[in-house]
Amino acid sequence: MTKDLRTSNNKFIDQTTRVSFKFNGQNLYGFKGDTLASALLANNIHLVGRSFKYHRPRGIMTCGSEEPNAIVQIENDPSLTEPNVRATEIELYEGLEAFSQHCWPSVNFDIGGINNFFSPLIPAGFYYKTFMWPSKLWMFYEYFIRKSAGLGKSPTAPDKDIYDHKYLHCDVLVVGGGISGIIAAKISAKNNMNTVLLDDNPNLGGTTIYQDNDCYKINGNNSTRWLEKEIESLNSFNNLTIKTRTSLAAYHNYNYLLARENLTDHLNTNEKNSKIRQRLWKIRAKKVIIATGAIERPLIFNNNDRPGIILSSSIKKYIDYYGVKCGQKISLFTNNDSAYETAISLNNSGVIVNSIIDIRDKSNSPIVKQAEKLGIKTRWKHTIVNTIGFKKINSIEIMRLSNDESSVVDNKIKEDCDCLGISGGWTPMVHLFTQSGGKLKFREIDNVFLPDKTQSNQTNIGSCNGDFELDDVLTNSNKYVKEFFNISSSYYDNLDIVCSKEIDKKNIWLLPSDKPLGKTKPFLDFQNDSTAKDVKLALREGFKSIEHVKRYTTTGMGTDQGKLSNMHALGIIAETAGVKMGELGTTTFRPPYTPLTFGTIVGRNVGEFFDITRKTPIHSWHVENNAEFENVGQWKRAWYYPKKKENMHDAVQRESKAARDSAGILDASTLGKIDIQGIDSSEFLNRVYTNAWSKLEIGKCRYGLMLNEDGMVYDDGVTARLSKNHYIMTTTTGGAANVLSKLEDYLQTEWPELDVYLTSVTDHYATISICGPNSKKIVSKVIPDLDLSDNKFPHMSFKNALIDKIRCRVMRISFTGEHSYEINVQSSYGKSVWAKCFEAGKEFNITPYGTEAMHLLRAEKGFIITGQDTDGTMTPVDLQMDWIISKKKYDFIGKRSLYRSDTIREDRKQLVGLITDNPNEVLEEGAQIVADTNKKPIEMLGHVTSSYFSPNLKKSIALAVVKSGKKLIGQKMFVPMENKTINVTITDTVFLDKENKRLNA
Amino acid sequence: MFLINCPYCGERDQSEFSSGGEAHIFRPKQPTELSDDEWAEFLFMRKNIKGVQFERWNHTHGCRKWFNMIRDTSNDKIHAVYKMGEKPPIK
Repeated sequence: MTKDLRTSNNKFIDQTTRVSFKFNGQNLYGFKGDTLASALLANNIHLVGRSFKYHRPRGIMTCGSEEPNAIVQIENDPSLTEPNVRATEIELYEGLEAFSQHCWPSVNFDIGGINNFFSPLIPAGFYYKTFMWPSKLWMFYEYFIRKSAGLGKSPTAPDKDIYDHKYLHCDVLVVGGGISGIIAAKISAKNNMNTVLLDDNPNLGGTTIYQDNDCYKINGNNSTRWLEKEIESLNSFNNLTIKTRTSLAAYHNYNYLLARENLTDHLNTNEKNSKIRQRLWKIRAKKVIIATGAIERPLIFNNNDRPGIILSSSIKKYIDYYGVKCGQKISLFTNNDSAYETAISLNNSGVIVNSIIDIRDKSNSPIVKQAEKLGIKTRWKHTIVNTIGFKKINSIEIMRLSNDESSVVDNKIKEDCDCLGISGGWTPMVHLFTQSGGKLKFREIDNVFLPDKTQSNQTNIGSCNGDFELDDVLTNSNKYVKEFFNISSSYYDNLDIVCSKEIDKKNIWLLPSDKPLGKTKPFLDFQNDSTAKDVKLALREGFKSIEHVKRYTTTGMGTDQGKLSNMHALGIIAETAGVKMGELGTTTFRPPYTPLTFGTIVGRNVGEFFDITRKTPIHSWHVENNAEFENVGQWKRAWYYPKKKENMHDAVQRESKAARDSAGILDASTLGKIDIQGIDSSEFLNRVYTNAWSKLEIGKCRYGLMLNEDGMVYDDGVTARLSKNHYIMTTTTGGAANVLSKLEDYLQTEWPELDVYLTSVTDHYATISICGPNSKKIVSKVIPDLDLSDNKFPHMSFKNALIDKIRCRVMRISFTGEHSYEINVQSSYGKSVWAKCFEAGKEFNITPYGTEAMHLLRAEKGFIITGQDTDGTMTPVDLQMDWIISKKKYDFIGKRSLYRSDTIREDRKQLVGLITDNPNEVLEEGAQIVADTNKKPIEMLGHVTSSYFSPNLKKSIALAVVKSGKKLIGQKMFVPMENKTINVTITDTVFLDKENKRLNA
Repeated sequence: MFLINCPYCGERDQSEFSSGGEAHIFRPKQPTELSDDEWAEFLFMRKNIKGVQFERWNHTHGCRKWFNMIRDTSNDKIHAVYKMGEKPPIK
C-alpha cells in the first residue's frame, strides 16, 4: 500500500483492520470497509483490464454498479470463480483473489493491444462486414475471434455456494437509502405502515453521508451530521425493515419486485462457511417509492478512456468515504458545479488540484466561490483536446472553446496530472420506473429523461426524479411522499435548508478537438469500445432507429448496459440527425438492473430439487432389485431389471419373453386414476369418450378413447363402473393431470348442469399387473377365495376381494394381450402385496418387467401408446380404431371434427405395421418411410413411431404412420438411413394373437 | 407478475393460475347441424387483440375453479374478475 495515498479518514473504513488480498498474483492489502477498487487505488493500481475490442488499457472509472472498465474475475477455485465482477462493488475480504480478464498474456502486456493500432480499420459493424462471407469460413474465423474476445471465464465445476429465495410482503417498499429514501421510509414508518428500505451499499446515506461541506446545511447542521441523526432515528421503528447490500433487480407489474441480497460476499473466506451466499427476495408491495438516485455522466473527448480518468463524484467518494486519494496532482474537467465539491474535498485532504477545466463561461454559485476562495484555479470556457499516458494518464492538453463551441482556438496548454476527474452532469436512474411500465418525459434544461406517467402504485423521489439540489431533493421528496400517502403533514415540513444552487448550465455531447474526428478516440461505451465516430458512421450508413444504432455499434450492450454514456449516444444521434432528444426516445431498460448470478436465479431448485420426483409405493423394491429407471413426467418408472452382465436389450428381451411364456409382473401404479361420482356420471363419460357408456354393467370395465374438440386422439385408458353413479377412470401416466383439468374445464364451463364430481386418486392406489399364461394360478394363490373362472370373472371385468385383510380391487384387463390381472390396493400396502405376488409367482418364474418390455409387449399386440404412436394429429380413424366411435351418440368431444373436410381425407397419415425384409434389422423410431428413392426430392410418406425386436415372434416389428397407409398393406417401402436403405413391408398393426386366444386363455 | 383476485379465494399470485384463452365462446349445442365453416369458427377462431380482452382463467394451484377475467393486454390492467356463468360486469 502506498501510504501517502491514504488520508486519516477513518469513518467508514476501519484503518486498524488490515485485509490481505491478491490482484493478478500480487499480494496487497487494504482495510476493512474497502471495495476492491478503493484498495487498488490506494495501492496506486489504476490499470485493471483491457478493453473489449481494441485491448486498450483501462482503469477504475467509477465507484458503483455503473462501472464499465474495472471488471474482474474473482477466485481461482473452478466452482467458485466468477467473471465480470465490478471491482467497485466487491467488498474487500481476507483472502480475496482477483484477476484482470480479457487480456493475454497479461494486463501489462496484451497482444490484442495491436488492435488499437488497427482501430481505423475496425469501425462499427466490422465483424458483420468482414466475416460474413464466405460463410463456410465463419467457423474458422470464429475460433480466433472467440479466443481474443469474451469477458472472463465461466466456472467449470458445480457451484458450491447455497442460494435462497424468500417472499416478502409489505405496505411500502422504498428502493434506495440515500437522503430522499431515508426521509420517505421514516414518513412511511411514522404513519404506521409496514415499510421495507433497500440499498445496495453496505451503509445507508447515499452521497450525502459523506458530503460534509458547509455549503450544505439542514436546520443549521451540516447536511452530513443531520443525515447521520436521521439514520440513527430509524432504529426506533419496529415496522421498518432495512436491508443493505440488497440490489433491486427487477420491477414487474402489480408491484412485484425482485431484489438480490448479498449475505456473505463481503465476509472473509473462512467466515463464509456454509452460509447462504445470496438471497433473491420476491417482493409484493402495496406501494413503491423509488429513490434510486442519479449517476454522473462522463464527458466525451479525445482519449477519454485512459486509466486515471475517473468520474469526479467517484474521486470525491474515494477521498471522503474510503480515504483514498486517486492521485497526488489531479485535474478536473466539468460542465457543471459538482466537480467543485470534489475539488474542495481534494484540497482539504492535501491533494493538489491543478485546475478545473470548465466548458462554461462562468458560474457564480456558492460552491464555486468557495473553491475560488481556496485558490483553486478554474479555466473557464476550456476543453480537453487530448490526454497522454498509455497505461496511466500523465498529462492533458487543454484549449479554449471557440465562441460557437464547435471548435477550439488559441494555444494548446499542456498540464501534467496523475489523475483526471470528469463530470458531464447527472443521469437520473429511471430503470426501475420504466421496467414497471412507466413512460418518460425529457427535460431540456439539463438533458434528462424523467419519470412521467405510470400505472403502478409508485412514486419517484430525489435525484432519480430530476431533483439535484439539496433543497429540491428534501422539499419535493417530502411533498411527493405526502401526496403519495395522502397525508397533510410530516416531520419534514419546515426544514431550514441552505445549499449551493447551480444556475449556469451547458452541455456539449461531443467535445471538439484540434484534430478531425476521424483522428480522435472519443469513447462512448467504454466496455464495448464504441466511440462517437462509430455512432456517426452508423447514422451515415442509414441507421435511424436508436435500437438499431445500439445493436449495430454495440453501444450500451455491455455488462454495464450503458448506464454511463447511453445518454451521450442519444445526444450525438439527436444532434447528427437533427431531431430532438425527447422525440428520439431511449432504448428499452430491461431487468436485471445489475447482473444476477445464475445461482440466485435458481435458488434451491438445483440437483434433486430441480423438479419434483414422484415414486410409486413399490419403488424401493425396484431399487433393491437392480432396476434402471426412466422418467415419465415426474414419475420414476422401473425401465428394466438387468441381471448380471445383461445390457438393456438382453434384459428387455428376457422380460418380454418371460411375460408371454409364463408370468410377468409390472408396477402400473403411475397410471392416472380419476374417481368419478354423481348422478350424471354415465352421461358425462358418454360426452368425453368416443364410445357409449350408459349400458356398461356394474362390475365391468371398458376401454375408452378421449379426443380433443378437433377430433384428434388425446388420451386413452380403461374405466370401471363401481356402482350406478360411481366410476374409476384410468389415464396415461403423463396425461393424468391434463385430463383431469380438461374434464374439470368442461364440467365447470360447458356442462355446469351435470351432477358430476372428479377427484384425482392416482396416489391413493398401488397397481400391480400380473400377466402371462400362469397369471391365473398366481392370483389364485394370492387370493384363494376369488373365483377366477372365465364365466365368473371374464376379461374386462373386476372383482373386489381381500388379500389377508387388505381390501383390493382386481381388474381383468390387459395391455400386453396376455391373460392378466391388475390388483389395486391402498398405496400403503402396495409393496407388501407386490412382494406377496412375487413370492407366489416364484414357482412360475414370475419376472418383473419394466416399461420398455411393456412397450414391446403391447406393440406385438398392436396396442397404441398415446403420445408415442399419436402426436396430436391422429384421429381414431387414422389409428384404424373406427370400431370405438359410437355411431349412435348424438355428440361427444371431437365428434363433429371427425367429418371435417380435412379429417375425412383418405391420404391422411394412418397407423400401420411394418415388417423388415431382414427379420434381424430393427428400425429406428422416427425414421422416415419412402416409396421411391430415385425421384428427387424424395417424398416422405411417414415415419416409424414404435420399433422393437420381438423375442416372441423372433423378428423385428414396428408401428408407423404412413400416408394412405390402410390402402398400402402388403406394399414394399423403404426406410433410408445414413449408410443404407432398409426394405420394409406394410402390414396390419397386430403382429401376435390376432384371434385374442391368449387374452381369453 | 399479476396479482389476481380469484372470485373464490381472493388475491393470489399469478403463479397459482393458468390462462385458458378467450372467454364467452360457447360450445355449440348441436354441432352436427353446423357446416364445416361454422364448426371451424368455434374450433379455431380466437381473438388476440391489443386492448381490453375477455379471458378464462383457472386457479390451478388453488381452488381449481375456472372464472373469467377482463384484462387490458396493452398494460395488463385487470378490470374485473367474475364467476363462470355470470354476465361481464363491464362491457
